[in-house]
Amino acid sequence: MKILIIVPAYNEEKTLPAVIKDLESHGYKNIVVIDDGSTDKSSRIAKQTKVPVLTHVLNRGLGAALGTGFEYAQKVNADIVVTFDSDGQHKAEDIKKLIAPLITGKADVVIGSRMLNYQKMPKDRLIFNFLANVATALTFGVWSTDSQSGLRVFNRKAVNSIHLKTDRMEVSSEFFKEIKRNKLNFAEVPIDPVYDEYSRKKGQEGKGNWNSVNVGIKMLLRVFR
Amino acid sequence: MALIQIILIAFSLFALSRVVLRFRGGQIRGMEFIFWSTLFSIAIIGIALPGELSRLAGLLGIGRGVDLITYASIAILFYLVFRLYVFLEDIRHEITEVVRMIALQKKK
Repeated sequence: MKILIIVPAYNEEKTLPAVIKDLESHGYKNIVVIDDGSTDKSSRIAKQTKVPVLTHVLNRGLGAALGTGFEYAQKVNADIVVTFDSDGQHKAEDIKKLIAPLITGKADVVIGSRMLNYQKMPKDRLIFNFLANVATALTFGVWSTDSQSGLRVFNRKAVNSIHLKTDRMEVSSEFFKEIKRNKLNFAEVPIDPVYDEYSRKKGQEGKGNWNSVNVGIKMLLRVFR
Repeated sequence: MALIQIILIAFSLFALSRVVLRFRGGQIRGMEFIFWSTLFSIAIIGIALPGELSRLAGLLGIGRGVDLITYASIAILFYLVFRLYVFLEDIRHEITEVVRMIALQKKK
């Protein structure tokens, strides 16, 4: 069974090597880094690790990077696709737990939820994530305890049927639209997020919580356009 | 005829001439040509015949002809901004498609 790990990266030179090392040490051989037009050494650092790197010549956003990863996954005939943040927020050991429901056929898409262990999440993120979950449920009709999680796994059926249209952070919610549209089975598995200052800043593009508000508005505009 | 009417009519005629030129040059398509030329033609008629405009406004339950223009303009502007927004989003998406294609091709 071919498991492909998609690591979208935008200016993550500090964390990228450790993330790839963590994945490799857990036996994941098929890793692809999507360098989303990084202006730092992310691309060069990724290439040094001998992992395939797909480079966006322009920064197009998280959704665009994941979209490229999905197309690559179809090209290389991956059986299972994992999306894994490059900021060091996720642990490779959690992937196994997420894949289990796919292998038993219980789910087509599994999301690693940070909220099932919510005590570890900073309070401001808790509130914004809750609002994002409500917005996702209202607009797409799927309730998730952590709609913004970056750790997700998909089986081949899901990869082939999901078509991403949003280019930026709104993509996290768009996955739910696609889950609903394609009537995919969806499950959640608790994961342990690593929340340090670095990953918090990165996740919101250095703009603090206002970015979450911005993403929320864009999502609604996008849906009702 | 008041000076403001002459200025506005002159401007509308100028705009109308641009629409015709753009259509001839192939930059705008048939439907767009009809939309913009109708818009400016109505503007010219409205400016030249303010009395008729006021009567039309009265029929619609609006006090003055000027108010009718203001309401209609705001509605049209909002719609155009919306169209522009959709158009820009489409272009953004197309840029992404190109960037993606380059990324996947370079890999080979």
